[in-house]
Amino acid sequence: MTGRFRRLDVTDRAPVRLTVDGSEITALEGDTLMVAMLSSGLALRSAEFGPERRAGFCLMGACQDCWVRDTQGNALRACSTVVENGQSISTQPMTADWSVAP
Amino acid sequence: MSEKVVIVGAGPAGVRAAEALVRAGLRPIVIDEGTRSGGQIYRRQPEGFKRPYETLYGSEARRARSVHETFDALRPDIDYRPETLVWNVAEGHVWAARAGETEAIAYDRLIVCSGATDRLAPVPGWQLAGCYSLGGSQVALKAQACSIGGEVVFMGTGPLLYYVASQYVKAGANVAAVLDTSPFAGRVKALPKLTEQPDLLWQGMKLTFGLKRAGVTVLSGVTPVEISGDSEIGVSGVTVRTASGTLSRFACDAVAMGWHLRPETQIADLARASFSFDLRTRQWLPEIDGDGRALVPGLYLAGDGAKILGARSAEVTGELAAIAALADMGHAIDKDRRRHLRAMRARYVRFAEGLAEAFPWPHQFVADTADSTVVCRCEGVTAGTLRASVSEAFATETNRAKSFSRVGMGRCQGRYCGNASAEIVSALRGEPVECSGRLRGQAPVKPIPVATARTDA
Repeated sequence: MTGRFRRLDVTDRAPVRLTVDGSEITALEGDTLMVAMLSSGLALRSAEFGPERRAGFCLMGACQDCWVRDTQGNALRACSTVVENGQSISTQPMTADWSVAP
Repeated sequence: MSEKVVIVGAGPAGVRAAEALVRAGLRPIVIDEGTRSGGQIYRRQPEGFKRPYETLYGSEARRARSVHETFDALRPDIDYRPETLVWNVAEGHVWAARAGETEAIAYDRLIVCSGATDRLAPVPGWQLAGCYSLGGSQVALKAQACSIGGEVVFMGTGPLLYYVASQYVKAGANVAAVLDTSPFAGRVKALPKLTEQPDLLWQGMKLTFGLKRAGVTVLSGVTPVEISGDSEIGVSGVTVRTASGTLSRFACDAVAMGWHLRPETQIADLARASFSFDLRTRQWLPEIDGDGRALVPGLYLAGDGAKILGARSAEVTGELAAIAALADMGHAIDKDRRRHLRAMRARYVRFAEGLAEAFPWPHQFVADTADSTVVCRCEGVTAGTLRASVSEAFATETNRAKSFSRVGMGRCQGRYCGNASAEIVSALRGEPVECSGRLRGQAPVKPIPVATARTDA
């Protein structure tokens, strides 16, 4: 699958493997999570207030558009988090159970 | 015992401020949100990336290297706190958070070098995946050796538009077009002020010629019409009305947008700096004297976080702010050096005035934003909803309009919608833009986890 970002240089880095929504992708050591995900995919998450997918905006920690979650539920700002081998990321929104306890 | 000085930021201003303090025998605390010093414009590539300075910083390579090497040499003599967010300032303390922990750090003098972010104008479709801030598009290239897409349109105004587009071409990316909202005539008129920095003027002209020679379409005086695309795939094109009035569409899968810069003033705001409206750039700036002193004793502001004067000037104003702090602490200072720095700053101010004339913020375009256009990217709030907060809920200024419409209340806390909101609210009320007020800075200035633990109490 073609990603959104294009690598132009410094591609002689060790591969890093992670899973995004259950599918394995390969990134490069030193990638931010954002670059890792957008080198093989088109988006990081779904907008909470609109129909569109989101892929970050400022890349400098100011807009907060690129937060994703790992499968443990930890929130990660994709533009300022360095990718790690074995990471497991979900681009789907967290679901909450709002039912009232009996 | 010597006074405790805290510097916020390790870009060109913070580095030169730290250098001047260390030279005077002080050991400042330097708090940096980045992983490595350098700030945004002189942002360093990660360890293991070996591209040379000339590739990364072009004509500014020598300056970038000097800032980096100066900081590295200072490390033993400063208390450096990287990856640390200052999220509040209150009662003589800065609140700094790192990795889920926070502490209140007392200071006697605070030098804020908080830098700037892109100033954005809402364009229909800018919420689509594939739209990035201009600065963000540069970070992708500089810090990660990536292009934000396969075919990139650069849209907005300002010198950075041409600079980043040129860097993209040089790095081998496909640039579909450079679309500048500023009319070409304004640049000619601003020439006398721009000659204050002849080499920068020359660089700018060379960049524009270079882009054209590379076959890139470069248009001035355009009016953005639409960023088209779909919600799954993202951006697929940009349509503008050209200066001659015809519609022109450029196919692309990414857009880098920016209308010059806006200062990051939240920390200065929380430290109780006063603000005044700068008519030339149509934005609120913290009030400082010529050396960077705010009206609050012990508070100093430098670099683009105080006033957008560029990276070269940030080195000057960072040092000036440190000299001001040293003078206020009773240290002997080098008055010749200070005179020299003040003269340099005056020239950068004149150059920046020229840039503001040459590349104006298109305020009428922003005021005319269609009701259906998203103004707040964070929460998908449209200009229509923002206007209803004025016409139906009787908001009289942007903070009130924010409470009603949530424009300015989302994840970015108004960084990317605040300038537009002020234009839209004031235009609807038929008042000058300064009458629509200034979005107040709020702690935390960026999100921190609720579970952040205090370590100093």
